[in-house]
Amino acid sequence: MADEKAKDVLFAPIFNNNPIALQILGICSALAITTTLVTTVTMCLAVIFVLTCSNFFISVVRSHVPANIRIIVQMTIITSLVIVVDQFLQAYAYDISRQLSVFVGLIITNCIILGRAEAFAMNHSPVLSAVDGFGNALGYSVVLLFVGINREFFGSGSLMGMQILQPVTEGGWYYTNGLMLLPPSAFFLIGGFIWLLRAWRTEQVEEQPFEIAPNSRVSEAF
Amino acid sequence: MFEHYLSLFIRAVFVENMALAFFLGMCTFLAISKKVQTALGLGIAVVVVLTITVPVNNLILHNLLDEGALAWTGIAALETLDMRFLGLLCYIGVIAAIVQILEMTLDRYVPALYNALGIFLPLITVNCAILGGVLFMVERHYTFTESVVFGFGSGVGWALAIVLLAAIREKLKYSDVPDGLKGLGITFIVVGLMSLGFMSFAGVQL
Repeated sequence: MADEKAKDVLFAPIFNNNPIALQILGICSALAITTTLVTTVTMCLAVIFVLTCSNFFISVVRSHVPANIRIIVQMTIITSLVIVVDQFLQAYAYDISRQLSVFVGLIITNCIILGRAEAFAMNHSPVLSAVDGFGNALGYSVVLLFVGINREFFGSGSLMGMQILQPVTEGGWYYTNGLMLLPPSAFFLIGGFIWLLRAWRTEQVEEQPFEIAPNSRVSEAF
Repeated sequence: MFEHYLSLFIRAVFVENMALAFFLGMCTFLAISKKVQTALGLGIAVVVVLTITVPVNNLILHNLLDEGALAWTGIAALETLDMRFLGLLCYIGVIAAIVQILEMTLDRYVPALYNALGIFLPLITVNCAILGGVLFMVERHYTFTESVVFGFGSGVGWALAIVLLAAIREKLKYSDVPDGLKGLGITFIVVGLMSLGFMSFAGVQL
């Protein structure tokens, strides 16, 4: 029983209840860094680490924290974890840290993290919360990797910095798609991802707030 | 000198628009843009908070955290202290505190505005546009005056973007969108198109 539940908690956020595509959480700090796959993967790992740990620790202290100061406590825990990630990147991957610039710090205000803390970690056991955090971070990573792979592959013809399609500028045949390196392409790709996902899982389609009446027939008009 | 500030302002509003070029504050941007009225309220709140928090954090950075910033205390041990690693914690604390103070002040002295902003004010603490603005200020080494102009400008840019998006979405309600794209999907595509439009401001120099 317990295993079954942990499995659901882990895999549900990936496609059934994806944080970006369905819950509208955590789009903020993520899109600007998907132009190359290296930064995308770094960002995914950082979010997986922070979200898993923050859910675990918030769940550990959940019954000792008065309800009216819980947000501050949660923010402090999350911020401390992000500082760890930030310092680690600056020490061991300085170039990537420069490219990510402010977006590592912005993991703090990534709504996925506070959202999962509030919605899940505050009323579940630590281990289950960690699993939920891991699952949601995976769901987030799936979307991010989809965007990152597409943008780098079509934008500069490479993956993880390795040239796959030889661009014209270097004597090859591939005309790089400059749009993919600009911010708007990320919006189109996520829009497309949501479309694909909802074409597959039709129960996620949003209800229209009202029906559009059919056009009146010619005979009625007279 | 004035031209420098004007150029910074124009860049913050159009060229480096918080929402459309850096994807900051996206969650609220997409969630609370169904009606122009509410979008305008939220936009104004963001302008006010950004205009206050960016300069305040600028002062904190230069007088408390930066390397050697504590030299004014006259204590030798503090003169070479670099506490920038505590930056994130300070900034988010300052933002949360200022939002709280602003909420209480408005409630006491300008109840009309307080009621208009309503629930949006507390939500702004976790809006990435605010922390993003502060972090950009840190990274680009703005002076105090520059940070005031930048804070105000990026707030106006964000507000402009959300009001425009809300106006488009109000009209979009009447269109016949493919099933899978309804709601969130089409909103992303619209934002993408708006972002393309704002790209045309790139390179504008005053």
